[in-house]
Amino acid sequence: MSDIGKQIRSYIEENFIVSAAATLNDGDSLLDKGVVDSTGFIELITYLEEQFGIQVRDNEMVPENLDSIGNLTAYVQRKLSGT
Amino acid sequence: MSTEYHPQRLQLDCNTEIDRICERMRYIVREQLRRKGVIIAMSGGVDSSVCAALAVRAFGGTHMLGLLLPEHESAATSAQLGQVVAEQLGIGFLTEHIGPALDAAGCYRHRDDAIRRVFPDYTPEWKLKIVIAGGAMAGMTFFKLVVQPPGGELREARLPAKEYLQIVAATNYKQRFRKAIEYFHADRLHYAVIGTPNRLEYDQGFFVKGGDGLADLKPIAHLYKTQVYQLARALGLPDAVCNARPTTDTYSLSQGQDEFYFGLPYEKMDVALWCHNHGRPAAELAAAIGVSESAATRVYADIESKRRATAYLHTPPVLIDAVTELKNFQRSAS
Repeated sequence: MSDIGKQIRSYIEENFIVSAAATLNDGDSLLDKGVVDSTGFIELITYLEEQFGIQVRDNEMVPENLDSIGNLTAYVQRKLSGT
Repeated sequence: MSTEYHPQRLQLDCNTEIDRICERMRYIVREQLRRKGVIIAMSGGVDSSVCAALAVRAFGGTHMLGLLLPEHESAATSAQLGQVVAEQLGIGFLTEHIGPALDAAGCYRHRDDAIRRVFPDYTPEWKLKIVIAGGAMAGMTFFKLVVQPPGGELREARLPAKEYLQIVAATNYKQRFRKAIEYFHADRLHYAVIGTPNRLEYDQGFFVKGGDGLADLKPIAHLYKTQVYQLARALGLPDAVCNARPTTDTYSLSQGQDEFYFGLPYEKMDVALWCHNHGRPAAELAAAIGVSESAATRVYADIESKRRATAYLHTPPVLIDAVTELKNFQRSAS
């Protein structure tokens, strides 16, 4: 797993107090697994912006970018590479 | 028997339902709760107005007390309409302004501190509201703060989690102070407190724990919102009640419930919840409310997501070990 993926996983495990966080696969839906709710996603966005210095646009707040550790990692990598 | 959705599914036999609810209310209040009457906070909205009208049918106007509980940011029409309904129904009511108590508790100050972290030039003269963005059909929801300086244009910004939670926590004082007053009057009169959520609000957790979520009896929590409107008309409530769009009446800018929480107008949310509750495929919901099948699938996911997120609100205090000795003193629900 990339450093970005490890950081995101670590944040999710530490910040969201649910046992499911520790056994998440990269492709698991954070919503379906009950790891985060709508407030949790807002926290996650704030973390991404502060930790990686990116700006998450409103139209980028979709499951394809944010609903799994794998999607989050790929999204942050795309933002950092400017693609 | 097919449970395929069609609009008649949500159509009530209003007179039969009114009689059934009133009979249950009488039994619950007198036999289960052992109280002499009921307290109801009247916002002028359709839910509390229907509950008040049902209570009049169940108990008569002399065994209930209506409360009008405005604060600094309530719409003026709310208290006026609440009074119109109380007078039409012939029930006694009291008006208690909760603004000074909210001021003393820091409700507005805590909220405004959070707002200034988003809009540093904000002053208490500005109007504001929180709106949901993304929405039920977008798959992920987030919240925006909308503000308007006096005479100025609307401005909006996405709310970070910390500020969103502080604003909501501060405004929750409003529902909790109202409930404290309701229970003061319930205690002094030996009455029960009526809660007024409809099925959408109850199912999707659109209430404040210890605030409007706290009550002894919730007589319309099984009814979809469109069914509450049907009862309102059958009960002869004023047109201003029967035709009003639901609002939160919590923020100083006008705010519909669909803007703040549901993401869809209540007519469509009713259909979505009914279809979901009856196991109907997303394609059927899509056809019924005029959206794509993928959007309907996301609406179903949003319903489940809100149920998961708000399960805590429904959860009573949890004990480490059951105290079974009290079981014999809890009156059965049947």
